[in-house]
Amino acid sequence: MNSTITNHADAAIQFNLDEPRVDWHDKTLWFIREKRDLASHAIPEWEQLREYASQIKNNVLSNLSQYLQEFEENAIANGVIVHWAADAAEHNQIVHSILKKHQIDRMVKSKSMLTEECGLNEYLEQNGIEVIDTDLGERIVQLAKEPPSHIVLPCIHWKKEEIGELFHKHLGTDKGASDPKYLTAAAREHLRETFLTRRAALTGVNFAVAETGEFVVSTNEGNADMGAHLADVHIACMGIEKIIPKQQHLGVFLRLLARSATGQPITTYSSHFKKPQPHQEVHIVLVDNGRSVHLGKEDFRNSLKCIRCAACMNTCPVYRRSGGHSYHNAVAGPIGSILTPNFDMRANKDLPFASTLCGSCSNVCPVKIDIHDQLYKWRQVLMKEGLGPTTKNASMKMMGWVLSKPSLYNISGKAARLVLKYSPFVVSNKLNPWYKQREMPAPPKESFKEWYKKNRSN
Amino acid sequence: MSSRDNILKVVLQNQPAERALPVIDIPVTTTHAEWVEALKTRLDILHVDVREVADYSAIKAILQQQAVPQERSVTTLAALGDVSTYIETVKEDAHSLEDVDWAIIPAHFGVAENGAMWVTESLIQYRVLPFITQQLAIVVNRKDTVYNMHQAYERIAGTNYDFGVFIAGPSKTADIEQSLVLGAHGPKGMTLFLMG
Repeated sequence: MNSTITNHADAAIQFNLDEPRVDWHDKTLWFIREKRDLASHAIPEWEQLREYASQIKNNVLSNLSQYLQEFEENAIANGVIVHWAADAAEHNQIVHSILKKHQIDRMVKSKSMLTEECGLNEYLEQNGIEVIDTDLGERIVQLAKEPPSHIVLPCIHWKKEEIGELFHKHLGTDKGASDPKYLTAAAREHLRETFLTRRAALTGVNFAVAETGEFVVSTNEGNADMGAHLADVHIACMGIEKIIPKQQHLGVFLRLLARSATGQPITTYSSHFKKPQPHQEVHIVLVDNGRSVHLGKEDFRNSLKCIRCAACMNTCPVYRRSGGHSYHNAVAGPIGSILTPNFDMRANKDLPFASTLCGSCSNVCPVKIDIHDQLYKWRQVLMKEGLGPTTKNASMKMMGWVLSKPSLYNISGKAARLVLKYSPFVVSNKLNPWYKQREMPAPPKESFKEWYKKNRSN
Repeated sequence: MSSRDNILKVVLQNQPAERALPVIDIPVTTTHAEWVEALKTRLDILHVDVREVADYSAIKAILQQQAVPQERSVTTLAALGDVSTYIETVKEDAHSLEDVDWAIIPAHFGVAENGAMWVTESLIQYRVLPFITQQLAIVVNRKDTVYNMHQAYERIAGTNYDFGVFIAGPSKTADIEQSLVLGAHGPKGMTLFLMG
């Protein structure tokens, strides 16, 4: 699941070696952010909807144990089999045991970030079970043996020529063909055959309704439905935070989700699974994997409100210019950077620093998570724990020393201006991280203090 | 202790103090006629071929005109049984629908703000039917148009369904360089008969 480099800054350096490609990546994601703006501005009550969504999710967190039990009870009454998994390992074992019971060794899967988080595909493959991802973007990265780089747009970092090459190798498409229509048609043929021959389908869950025991899955491609309706066994995996109290709340969330994600007013399909089909088994796996402990952290719990729209990624200047893989987790970008340290602070200590704290993520979040505030709070936790970046530790100490001595501060400022003026190469070189992809500013003639002293009398 | 009990115990310990649910109140000031216009505009953006028809005989005329002899057409509307094969109940394995070219199904209502049609299992018999078909046609009464998703769930509240789906246009993907392609896994095209 994780890419080889597990430090955001180092991975970002690699990503930035190909500058035109970074520009392309940046623009593609910004285009989606702009579509989100158009869609949200077309709804006069947008801010009201965000507020409702935030309040509903706050209510969910404050009653989660009750809602989980209510959901379980109603799902069981609907004829669904409910499982509980404490962690990734138990989740994977549960899925495997269901397949084993039915003697199934091939399964189709629609998008589920939770199964990415749990490393399910690898686990099942090790146990001799073939898993085929059916979302086109996910299939592309699966063929390339890569994790998705974006939770909504898994292969946003791939160019069509490269996908053409990949499909030529794996699906036998014409060499050099890169027309998206042609490539999509090829994938459709290949996956249709797969849908028709698999007896088990696994899907994610966008929303699970406590009141009715139903769960909703949103897709544009129709892959979740093609898999689930044709299978004898449908397994739906969800984090415990995906619960919402009432069916009417779907009205709020379905209005927000696709508009925030891609700028569509709704996804093509919003499927409400309540009861199994005759002769079909439906299983729901409720997964904790650190969430119940995360819920107890006052400063950080409200990141559990996330509905996985990825608006914060599309708007983030750091994500757009460093790519999803640089976050070395299933959920990347600003939301990933505040979620993942809850599960493993040491392994993800770099991520809260992968931000400019510009706050754009919090502004677009449809459930009003205070993302940039949490990034800042995580930095404080990490520095206290001695897990801050080492260069930052040293430079901060130096800075603290200089700032505590006014005369030293004045001298340092003067020296810096002189250096920038007469010997710019001292800072404008590759050893200075601030010089990468930047020009140093022209030095001012004097400091503000000097300017103020001179002009105070006027 | 089982994982279930342990998860519930830790969640109960850690969940914050009660926060109240909001009362959802989004007033709609526009008229029904405006909703229908908004629905048509939205469907157009979604690449749906909208046909305004008076009744089933008008739909039949259009279907007969479009019919290609080699193509397999099925419907779950008894009224269209003489122009398409009527499916009354589930009799065969759903996989037998793999060669369906046209499926003509009804919807309970349509939502103007997003073009979504609410369809439940009882209207389609086979859950996979609106997905596995190459072309989908949905029949909905003009009077059954709501404006937004809040109104939609007011209509759904208290109704019984084993499976329900909002369908907003043909299946699609933009996973390859953000180029929109219709017909990802489900229908490649969709027609909406707006009746009455």
